[in-house]
Amino acid sequence: MNSNLLWIFISACLVNNFTLYYFLGLCPFFGVSGRLKTAFRLGLATIFVMVITSLCASFLNAFILPYAPYLKLISFIVVIASTVQFVEMVIRKLSPALFRALGIFLPLITTNCAILYLALTQTSKELSVVQGLVYAVGAGSGFTIALVLMAGLREEAELSSIPAVIKGTALNMIIAGLLSMAFMGFAGLFSAA
Amino acid sequence: MAESRDADINAQRLYAEFVKGIWKENPVFVMVLGMCPMMAVTNSAINAIAMGVSTAFVLIGSSLLVSLLRNLIPREVRISTYIIIIATFVTVVDFTLQAMVPAIHKELGAFISLIVVNCLILGRQEAFASRHPTRLALADAAGMALGFAFALLCLGATREILGSGSLFGRSLFGEHYEPWVIMILPPGGFIMLGLILLFFNWMRQRKTMRPAIAAEEVRR
Amino acid sequence: MNQVNLTISAGQKEPGSFRLVFTLALAGMLSGLALAGAYQITKPIIDANKAEALRRGVFEVVPGSRRFTPVELVDGQEKVTAYATYDADGAFLGYALEGRSVGFADTIWLLWGYEPQRRRVTGMKVLDSRETPGLGDKIKKEKYPPFAGQFADLALEPMIIVVKDGREGNNEIDAITGATISSKAVAKAINDAAAKWLAHLPATPPPPDSAESQGSGGADEGERAGEGG
Repeated sequence: MNSNLLWIFISACLVNNFTLYYFLGLCPFFGVSGRLKTAFRLGLATIFVMVITSLCASFLNAFILPYAPYLKLISFIVVIASTVQFVEMVIRKLSPALFRALGIFLPLITTNCAILYLALTQTSKELSVVQGLVYAVGAGSGFTIALVLMAGLREEAELSSIPAVIKGTALNMIIAGLLSMAFMGFAGLFSAA
Repeated sequence: MAESRDADINAQRLYAEFVKGIWKENPVFVMVLGMCPMMAVTNSAINAIAMGVSTAFVLIGSSLLVSLLRNLIPREVRISTYIIIIATFVTVVDFTLQAMVPAIHKELGAFISLIVVNCLILGRQEAFASRHPTRLALADAAGMALGFAFALLCLGATREILGSGSLFGRSLFGEHYEPWVIMILPPGGFIMLGLILLFFNWMRQRKTMRPAIAAEEVRR
Repeated sequence: MNQVNLTISAGQKEPGSFRLVFTLALAGMLSGLALAGAYQITKPIIDANKAEALRRGVFEVVPGSRRFTPVELVDGQEKVTAYATYDADGAFLGYALEGRSVGFADTIWLLWGYEPQRRRVTGMKVLDSRETPGLGDKIKKEKYPPFAGQFADLALEPMIIVVKDGREGNNEIDAITGATISSKAVAKAINDAAAKWLAHLPATPPPPDSAESQGSGGADEGERAGEGG
């Protein structure tokens, strides 16, 4: 069971990185300005939302959805939106500076595909509660790693001289592509060989 | 919130709203919206089209509904209501695909459900459908959906041709073509889209530089 | 861009909070109705599709089979469904079982056929995999390269071995060039399933006269034909 959990974590975090392999969470990935600190904190907030979502999804799957499987998507979305609302209130109380720094990206966590994808695949893979939690932490960590790497690279890029025609999203896409290629090196980490 | 009255809507206005979504305000290439599902499903042309059609159905359907009900939905809960409407359409599309084309549904997997968090759809409800009468909202939604599908198809076809040597499943170069596999893998998606955006930037740059170049030539 | 503003301002004069709650509740109810309806309409078709896919898979891994009966195997807490297959005349041919293992990219799910009398694998079909397209993906191919075809008459004792230079023993399979890991994962899936479940197969196969075996077999639990031993 333990190696199974380790595989779930490493797979979600590195081998099948949610952002660089499954293209999830791209809005914040490209949108958050190239500031490392903000990126890191957004990543942490996302991990938190993912964990709560995973718990709620396990609960829903066990007790409510067997009776109404067609409500799956709506109930997950409602859970995610409510969790984000809750996190927003908590951060506003605890650290107004962080709240201002994150700005619009905090409520935008709701539309972060990664969280919804997490809930959906946790359901389809039929993970247990503990497995789901590990999956959530792994996926969130992977997202945070990708986010931080991207922010760092963009900070560097801003300091170099780049032709105007490629500046902006085009360059970020190509940087992301190279990052994704690098992460492909993690494939086959845990396989039959 | 300037509301256009029905009397003022003529065919020209409808056409303008429709066409803008295809090229000038193309959701992917210009507004850079709706990225998430885009890249994962464009590893083949047929997947791209399936996703484009699904998104179009959801976008047009929810825009229609939101515009019809725009005066009935209280401002404070509008986003939640939009999300409920969108999620309903998405679930219906999910079931329909699963019933009618199970092979494609399996390929697209959870990404169909992810249409619900496609910033494009929620964005159009908020920015347009909730403020304009039905016919305009329909034109806008149809245009955006077409633009989105067009972008998906571009990316999907390119990646499939380069990465699998086929188009719509039909082999183009024969069995012994050595495909550029990275194109259908995740990095290929990023890089390909980056190159396409680069192309669009370059085109736009040339357009803005053209009057300056012309002025230069006149001076000479 | 859009602000996801979900706060219900209870303090405002108009509209009152009742109206807000009412709108949301109404939207939720209508949505639920629409979804329940869509579900009712599509579920039979979806179930039929799944059953059809299962049938095709089972008939593919046990060549010659035309009917099957689900058989539930139990090992402590774990349960798994095997499929006893029969030809058109009702003669027993073999079992179809599931297998899974971790491949290069993600889990590989497959179906494999087993003939208990000769103790041989009769076929293999990959159900779900995310292997590298163009490389590990070739485990799904039959002819070019002839990977899946190797399982047509494969011994599995003591276990299936993956070799790289051509088969010698009749429990060996040739790996796909450039996809050793995926090939080994397929072998491991069958080896693991065999080690775990073959001992639980019933001593005598169930008769093919249950409703499910009319060629439109369901995907749900069938009869418990015998466990343990």
